[in-house]
Amino acid sequence: METQAAVETTPQPLHRKITKVIRKRTNQLMPPGTAGPALKQAVIMLRPDIQWTNPVMFVVELGAFLTLLFVVQAAFGHSASQIPITYFIALDVWLFLTVLFANFATALAEARGKAQAESLRRTRRDTVARRLSPTGTIEEVSSTHLKLGDTIVVEAGEIIPGDGEIIKGIASVDESAITGESAPVIRGAGGDRSGVTGGTRVLSDRIVVRITASAGESFLDRMIALVEGAIRQRTPNEIALTLVLSAFTLIFLIVVVPIWPMAWNAEQYMMGYLALQQPLHSLGTDVPTLVALLVCLIPTTIGALLAAIGIAGMDRALQANIIAKSGKAVEVAGDIDIVLLDKTGTITIGNRHATEFLPVEGYSATELGRLASLASAADETPEGKSIVSLFESDTQAPIAVPSGAEFIIFTAQTRMSGIDLAGGRRIRKGASDAIAQFVKEQGGTVAAEFQPLVDGVASRGATPLVVADGPRVVGVVALEDILKPAMRERFERLRQMGLRTVMITGDNPLTAATIAKQAGVDDFLAQATPEKKLEYIRKEQAEGKLVAMMGDGTNDAPALAQADVAVAMNAGTQAAKEAGNMVDLDSDPTKLIEVVEIGKQLLMTRGALTTFSVANDVAKYFAIIPALFASTLPWLKTMDIMHLHSPTSAILSAVIFNALIIPALIPVALRGVKYQPLGADALLRRNLMIWGLGGVILPFVAIKLIDVAMVSLRLAS
Amino acid sequence: MWILPISMLVITTLLAIPLSRYMTRIMDGKYKVPRFLGWFEQRLNSGPQNWKQYTASLLIFNTVLFVFGFVVLALQPRMPLNPQHKGLLAPTTIFHTVVSFMTNTDVQHYSGDVHFSNFTQIFFAFTMFFLSASIGFCALTMIIRALRSDSSVGNFFVDMWRVVVYMFLPICFVTAILFLQQGSPMTFKSFRQVSTLEPAAMGTLENGQPNPQTIVVGPVAAFVPIKQLGTNGGGFYGMNSAHPFENPTAFTNFLSCVAMMLFPFGLVLMFGRMLNRLKHAWLIFGVMMFFMVGTVVWAIYFDTLKPNPGLTAHPIARTYEVFNADAAGGKQAVILPAVAGLPVDQHLGNLEGKEMRFGTSAGATFAALTVDVTDGAVNAEHDSLNPIAGLSPYAGMWLNCFFGGKGVGMINMLLFVVIGIFVAGQMVGRTPEYLGKKIGSREMKLAMIALLVHPIMILLPTGLFAGTSWGMKAESNPGAHGFSQILYQFSSSSANNGSAFDGLGVAYGFNDNPNPAPMARQWDIASGLVILISRFLPIIAPMAMAAFLGAKKSSPFGLGTLRDDTSTFAFLLVGTIVIIGALLFLPVAALGPLAEHWGPLPFGG
Repeated sequence: METQAAVETTPQPLHRKITKVIRKRTNQLMPPGTAGPALKQAVIMLRPDIQWTNPVMFVVELGAFLTLLFVVQAAFGHSASQIPITYFIALDVWLFLTVLFANFATALAEARGKAQAESLRRTRRDTVARRLSPTGTIEEVSSTHLKLGDTIVVEAGEIIPGDGEIIKGIASVDESAITGESAPVIRGAGGDRSGVTGGTRVLSDRIVVRITASAGESFLDRMIALVEGAIRQRTPNEIALTLVLSAFTLIFLIVVVPIWPMAWNAEQYMMGYLALQQPLHSLGTDVPTLVALLVCLIPTTIGALLAAIGIAGMDRALQANIIAKSGKAVEVAGDIDIVLLDKTGTITIGNRHATEFLPVEGYSATELGRLASLASAADETPEGKSIVSLFESDTQAPIAVPSGAEFIIFTAQTRMSGIDLAGGRRIRKGASDAIAQFVKEQGGTVAAEFQPLVDGVASRGATPLVVADGPRVVGVVALEDILKPAMRERFERLRQMGLRTVMITGDNPLTAATIAKQAGVDDFLAQATPEKKLEYIRKEQAEGKLVAMMGDGTNDAPALAQADVAVAMNAGTQAAKEAGNMVDLDSDPTKLIEVVEIGKQLLMTRGALTTFSVANDVAKYFAIIPALFASTLPWLKTMDIMHLHSPTSAILSAVIFNALIIPALIPVALRGVKYQPLGADALLRRNLMIWGLGGVILPFVAIKLIDVAMVSLRLAS
Repeated sequence: MWILPISMLVITTLLAIPLSRYMTRIMDGKYKVPRFLGWFEQRLNSGPQNWKQYTASLLIFNTVLFVFGFVVLALQPRMPLNPQHKGLLAPTTIFHTVVSFMTNTDVQHYSGDVHFSNFTQIFFAFTMFFLSASIGFCALTMIIRALRSDSSVGNFFVDMWRVVVYMFLPICFVTAILFLQQGSPMTFKSFRQVSTLEPAAMGTLENGQPNPQTIVVGPVAAFVPIKQLGTNGGGFYGMNSAHPFENPTAFTNFLSCVAMMLFPFGLVLMFGRMLNRLKHAWLIFGVMMFFMVGTVVWAIYFDTLKPNPGLTAHPIARTYEVFNADAAGGKQAVILPAVAGLPVDQHLGNLEGKEMRFGTSAGATFAALTVDVTDGAVNAEHDSLNPIAGLSPYAGMWLNCFFGGKGVGMINMLLFVVIGIFVAGQMVGRTPEYLGKKIGSREMKLAMIALLVHPIMILLPTGLFAGTSWGMKAESNPGAHGFSQILYQFSSSSANNGSAFDGLGVAYGFNDNPNPAPMARQWDIASGLVILISRFLPIIAPMAMAAFLGAKKSSPFGLGTLRDDTSTFAFLLVGTIVIIGALLFLPVAALGPLAEHWGPLPFGG
């Protein structure tokens, strides 16, 4: 939308990239001080009532306890089998380790989140707030006692004690504590840049702020709780995946349980075949071994890492300086089809400046310039200032505003601003249709030559600003904007991700079309009003598309509330922040790209590890099945293509692989599978090769290596 | 050898293309019929139904079918067309037979020519063939309509009528004439008594005359077409399609194979046409064909091109060590002695249990095809297939989607599609979606239920019977082969396939049989229950799943959307099926066919 609004922003740095943002905070796998608490937490999480929430690992834990019973039984010499007790002990240790590794993954993700949250929390240490009482007196209270609706005063050098909205004054604010960006930004009352965040520092001037979130309930507080896992709710996709994993667990239980009678059947037959007097025992009727088989088959890898993946996703969002109000919002971001972007400040630098005065017949360029400058005399927007400065540099003389004049400020409804001179002369500047309307209302007519003039300006990508003097059109001021560099590449990246970009602008369709073409966006919405934006989003959603939008102004709020992923800028108004489901601390309009990537990464990581986990099972079968029946159907050894040392070493190798793969994949779970905008088909092919085919092949190699290692360490019997 | 299966598959595919077009027109209601047919159809039309009403109609119809079947079988002794006075079957066998026929399974714990009168054949078996065959057909049609978000999913009774009258009847009529021409009997007579060419072999009557042979006949030419076209597979004769009346010539054998594949092929394409996603359907068709060709090649390679291992030499003794507490060191050597080969020419492969009238590869081909499309008719003894060749029919039943039964095969494939998309499809970085509909937890719950039932119903009963006398006393050969017999019976039941491995003592016979198979009752009940559960849960759960999916908003295709008509998707689907199949059934495959294949001879018979 147009920022002919009152408050100016500091220009955003041009080449801000996510990588830079991320590097600002530590991205170590184990930030210092997280490993210890995570280990401790991993042990605490062995409690069955905690484990219960993760069905897959709960089954492993049950199996580990069941095996423990058999260890005890064997220790007292009541075991019926000839297998050494060391086998049972080793098996049980590795089963418990499997659970511990899983717990550690979750605990580590939470600890990282906490570390992340801690660095944020440091910015919100108790500060003294100076609260304005209704009577106008100022009292000093602790920031922790601030409540919704309190009014506070903050002066230069002070730290803003809580999230709020400026209701009076304008100030430059250092937000580096939360954004990492050192350049100060301007925040002021009344416009779309009125939001301030607790913990940031006022550098100049004095502002009055209305607190919009009670202490402990700010966005940041919510986010801290989310990354700490305290109020982490499972996302819809995570719930569905948990369900599928539980079903797989049940399926494998059903595969494993009947093996006992089947193996018994084989034992009975072989006893007859070998004419044995004593009963014959194979590992197929050995309960701990069947437990080991079950644990190897059920999707423990993804079951162990699922929670960590979700927490890490939120964490990554936070690293990109995005505060998501729920995990669901981040997940949905991966599904976005359409991205709505503001032209000004996103696609263009946003400092449109006047470059030419184009008068209609009967006026000179100087006269047009003078009238335009008069109309802009009170206009503090870059456009307004640039008109005045263009005129002044052309004529080498400052403009003089006659006394008794009244300024008309811009509103979204009139889409004009100007000046009413003492003599009743009404000078206006604004969009061509708005001015045409104005001229007609004043009883004038629009000259025929006027429209080609406007179109000419618009079609070269400049914005035509029309100036009227009462009922007469005076001419057109060409306002030109500069495209941000590298935007074309960014849109290309979005396109490769399968997203359609739509530029929203208050410009007329001709200008919009030219800029859209130059910038490489797929579509544009010109002369956008809040209603038009809302309508556009609804229309796309009716076609089943998911829409993401970034906004800052109060008039963006309805559209933000309607959009599926709505990122409000931190500098934006409270209404916008309430309506969105994420807040971008950097107030960077291109942040949507990162949000979408984080969402996609989240889903990809889950899919990749699930595929990997299931694909792993094939190799485990080839290790375990021959081992189960080594005493009864020895010729099944042909299946043992890995040529493992012995039945017990085969089973232990599989269990050890199954356990070790969990910590080995923690980095993947926490950092996420790399997303590349290749298009769905190429991406799927790539990931199927790595996680699917790789998941089938890797365990064959790894199990063999573990077996060889056990033999060389003389641990295998 | 290879020409036979290749020509069967090619010809069926070519026939299925126009047929699918016809089927689509019929099921979409775009047809005109003679007035009297329309009149009947109008009477059946109870109006548009939602998915719950449709499902309820389906279940009620099946209940009626069950009662009807039970009554017909129970009244066999009192009914006409029974000159041989065939008596009452054992109650458990009646239960099993009714369940088996109404679910299109047709596992037979009886022998058609011995135990059924022609009245029963016509009013029970023949009727069930038509009606049970249309159930899966209707279910798939409902699922398609739900998936394309139709306002109503159609009317179950109208769909039944359309399938039976507009599709099965005309095609069966043409096929029946071909069978008649080839020599299948078509008569209401029940038997003929003839003097055989070797009267001495039949013994003599009291009057000194040679004993005549009683040859059972009946309306076989009409019976067989729907048996095959409806993928029912329950034989008129106990010998099924190996019987010279049921399958008189190599041509009828060819025809039987084409007939059983025709509708399963056509339904996949109908799925694509009705959804307007023909390319996707062809991809599924391709994946199914890939597996079908795989099972056929496997069966032919290991059965027709490899000798019977029971007759071949193992020139070197093999030694294995097994644990044995009694033996010194806790280990005992199992020595498999060297075996000399028998002087048998084996260049034609394993000929045991084959019907040589049809050619050497016909038995293996038929065996693979009949399980792939859940027909269950057989023209060779599956018990006699080389052990490893037997894996092919097992695979067909375990995965049950290499075309599969009419409708249900495609439904099973849909489950694999949905599960594959859900697990691996996330790797494109979007919430998994199928046909533009996002797959949520409710859909996955239903898909997993449907997927779970089949392995449960195979593995748990197999374990139960293998570990108890119920199974051990029924197997004709102990050990790995006996285990295969038990496994096959439950696989065939759960897959609603109906083919029999043979060799298992499951037949009780008539109720007054003084000497029935010892565990026949247990088998009747267990197999019957498995059939029932594995029939209806995997139909109803996907119907609900499709209804929930269809109710969702459809999101448009984009660059970031997983495409379901690319080679990558085919790879994903094949991978899903192979891995899930292997994970579920590798242990039992090892204990049965693989143990027998690698094991010594004589081992397990």
